[in-house]
Amino acid sequence: MSIGSVSSSVSGHDQAQQRRSFLLVVCCTIIGAAAQVLIKKGASALGANPTMLQTSLAMVLTPALFAGYSMYGISTILLVLALRHGQLSLLYPVFAMTYVWVTILSVVVFHESMNPYKVAGIVAIVAGIAVLGREQPA
Amino acid sequence: MAWVMGASFFGSFGALFLKIGAGKIQKSIASLLTNWRLMLGIAFYLFSSVLFVFGVRKGELSVLYPMVALGSVWTLLWSKLILGEPLTRPKLVALGMILCGMTLIGLGAR
Repeated sequence: MSIGSVSSSVSGHDQAQQRRSFLLVVCCTIIGAAAQVLIKKGASALGANPTMLQTSLAMVLTPALFAGYSMYGISTILLVLALRHGQLSLLYPVFAMTYVWVTILSVVVFHESMNPYKVAGIVAIVAGIAVLGREQPA
Repeated sequence: MAWVMGASFFGSFGALFLKIGAGKIQKSIASLLTNWRLMLGIAFYLFSSVLFVFGVRKGELSVLYPMVALGSVWTLLWSKLILGEPLTRPKLVALGMILCGMTLIGLGAR
């Protein structure tokens, strides 16, 4: 355990909690990605030019959309629990992990193609999040 | 594009209020419901999701994904200005990598 500055009082307990929050946000991104895939499936039920009202109604009435948004709800609750401990500036960027899962899920579920751009993007995001994961609270 | 940019902006406010509200959570339903910061955070989040659905249906993903990642830029800004969290080099490096990654994934989605 290293203490970055003199004024900080980082205990092992705080670090363990930061780590737990971090993992909790990663869980959020997995649920959030599944939610997005469901929402994409459900969004095709909407017409070509839905109004704000039609979109809101469809969020409740279309099963896939409803399931998707419910999972968003669950992931939001997990996010709140995660945010109780730990810095927002360390935890929020982890949300980009959602798009890594979405890209992988899209290949599996919608049979979208994988290409070098996507692979490079996934590597860059995972590396960026690894940097955040190593960063300890001060 | 404006929709998704708006979504990222409101989403970052959502995260900010969720964070402030999360610090004030007590173990009672009533206090949870009167936790206006938490409720405001959730409202911002919902609004942001609706905007996002609109944006994703119309725009090009290669442009939209970096816009989504902008949400992290806003959030880091509020974290620094309002919560007083330190803006460290690793955070900025990570943010840069994530922005690049999102742009690449967006390009790959064309």
